[in-house]
Amino acid sequence: MTAHLYFDPIRLPPECDTLRAEVRAFLADEIAASTFDPHQPGDGDAHNRGFSRRVGAKGWIGMTWPKRYGGHERSQLERYVVTEEFRVANAPSHLHFVADRQSGPILLKYAPEHIKNDILPRICRGELCFSIGMSEPGSGSDLFAAKTKAGKTAGGWRINGSKIWTTSAQIADYMLALFRTSPPTRENRRHGLTQFLVDMKAPGIKVNPIYQMTGKPGFNEVVFDDAFVPDDHVMGEIDGAWKQATSELAHERSGPERFLDTFYVLLELIRALGPEPDLRGAEGLGRLVAQLHTLRRMSVSVAGMLQAGKEPVVEGSIVKDLGTVWEQKLPGRVRDLAAFLEPEIMNRATLEDQLAFATTIAPKLTIQGGTTEILRGIIARGLGLR
Amino acid sequence: MADDGKRIVTETAARILADLADPQTINKSTNGAWKDPLWHALSDAGLPLAWIPERLGGSGASLAEGFAILGVAGRFALAVPLAETLCAGWLLARAGIEAPATPMTLAPARPYDRISVDADGRLSGRVIGVPFAQDSQHIAMLADRGREHLIALVETRDCRLSESRNLAGDAANVVTFERVKPLRIAPAPNGFDLTSLLLMASTVRSVETAGALEAILSLSVAYANERVAFERPIGKFQAVQQNLARLAGEVAAALAVAGSAADTIAQADAFDEAVFLEAASAKIRTAEAAAEGSAIAHQVFGAIGFTQEHVLHRFTLRMLSWRDDFGSESYWAAELGKRVACRGADEFWPLVASR
Repeated sequence: MTAHLYFDPIRLPPECDTLRAEVRAFLADEIAASTFDPHQPGDGDAHNRGFSRRVGAKGWIGMTWPKRYGGHERSQLERYVVTEEFRVANAPSHLHFVADRQSGPILLKYAPEHIKNDILPRICRGELCFSIGMSEPGSGSDLFAAKTKAGKTAGGWRINGSKIWTTSAQIADYMLALFRTSPPTRENRRHGLTQFLVDMKAPGIKVNPIYQMTGKPGFNEVVFDDAFVPDDHVMGEIDGAWKQATSELAHERSGPERFLDTFYVLLELIRALGPEPDLRGAEGLGRLVAQLHTLRRMSVSVAGMLQAGKEPVVEGSIVKDLGTVWEQKLPGRVRDLAAFLEPEIMNRATLEDQLAFATTIAPKLTIQGGTTEILRGIIARGLGLR
Repeated sequence: MADDGKRIVTETAARILADLADPQTINKSTNGAWKDPLWHALSDAGLPLAWIPERLGGSGASLAEGFAILGVAGRFALAVPLAETLCAGWLLARAGIEAPATPMTLAPARPYDRISVDADGRLSGRVIGVPFAQDSQHIAMLADRGREHLIALVETRDCRLSESRNLAGDAANVVTFERVKPLRIAPAPNGFDLTSLLLMASTVRSVETAGALEAILSLSVAYANERVAFERPIGKFQAVQQNLARLAGEVAAALAVAGSAADTIAQADAFDEAVFLEAASAKIRTAEAAAEGSAIAHQVFGAIGFTQEHVLHRFTLRMLSWRDDFGSESYWAAELGKRVACRGADEFWPLVASR
């Protein structure tokens, strides 16, 4: 009747402790060398080619991929440790993170051998940035309404149309995009889209920046004007991208980046409250700690189930739903709890800067990578309601 | 091996409870006639004394197995002192005290209550909200003599009980000890204090709450698929689907955090910082889930779920009451917040990441 929910109490294995110590030492060195400032949360979104190459050299990109493609055949749980330590430190991992989390795994599954041999080792070395071409001006959450067309031509496809809200497109080397290769059928409106690997240096691709409400660029519009994509850049089944979408979701949705995006305000609150907070501060802090601990245990559990070869799609969607709603509300909770602190507390300016930043980015957290509404639809389906 | 043990006790508990503790049947009963046969069946299977080693008269199950039993009990919103007897037996075993084969409960059940031991070994004090005290023949307790902690067993009839019930109608008595002579008394192990007892008992409540939440999710989804309004099952409406997805989120959070705390206690050598983080977090988050989840389930059922004849309240009111037992979510949040603040910001992430 009802789908049962499983969250095995998985613990990170001992090898993760050694790895965590290495990651912390590496990040401490980078901070000491002024690569980034852990108190500047905006840095986490920054692209830093040198940093990404050094991360690649440590073996922390493509960690779970086969060694023959430059990967390191380590576990999902080890990758988990690297991801969470980078997030908590506000390290500038944006350049390689999308490729590491989702583009690489798609290539591993669908790309022909020579493309895997060419691209995957470069991702692992931290040399490549990927963007995701999903949304269009007329289609966002309704992915299968995409109109940008791929028309067949000799040896490949000609792309016409545009993608929008595309993160990192201005510096991306490649894009994994959905294009329409056939009209939808009466029986299946999801039919007719195909996944392509697009070389962003190909002629006929123009990237126009779109400024976000934070005042920073980040979004882009990507316009395709007869851009050519060769046949061997088709990823998977022609017209059948809809069949390929679901299995990656658990990976994409349940990681530490789904609840740690505003973590820095919680740390700053602890500094502001001091070692002997009043009852209101202590109780408010304690609840936030309990909620964070719960989210992390859920997220680690999903990582462990993925490592064990399970497909916890509903559990993964729940982690993203609860996690993003929590990290979105966190700046408001911290603001409430800091409301009656003495004006002259040491870190007042830092706390206010970080709250301002977190408050402005908060709205996007429940939109990117699957809106709350879409996630709850997936959860409802898993419960047997649709 | 360990998983086998858990599976066997889980199946045993589920079978007995399905036969003798069906919430619908119990809800219709007016005279409590279901209680004796149920308790006998549970006792025959050795479940109430699961956490007592065989040498002390128990069935010597592991902590993990006991928590698995309690997850099942939560799914039935069980209203006999199974959890309390398990916990009382566990407490007595800390001091090597043999447990009687009777329904038991434990005290104190609130963080600010204390029981003191006189120079001649008699117990005095007043403790509130002791679950099922009037349905228990014995009370296991932690008492203080100066700075020394002792574990004692008394007969309930030697104490003064005032009639009091929780939201769900289960006994939750004020128990007054006036120089009560214990049947047995022995020192608690080194480092074992009231916080240790409350963390353990809170985790028991967290596991039961997660079980009750699982049950109300199943009930709510089944009802939403079957109840027709506006010519469709209400589960086809997006507004209802979104609510049920939120309920699933609360259930998931409760299961994950309670399971994690139970696992931590089952593996731990002592009630250390890790146990505190896990057990306090579990009590806080499952209590929040109980409130949020109950509200959603009641919304799905509408008026029928607000009637006495419907089983929903057996789960929702019990969960809401359990929030107050062994330290409320507010109490644990304040204690956890104080500890985190005292450790300082730099030590915060390492603590979270250590789990």
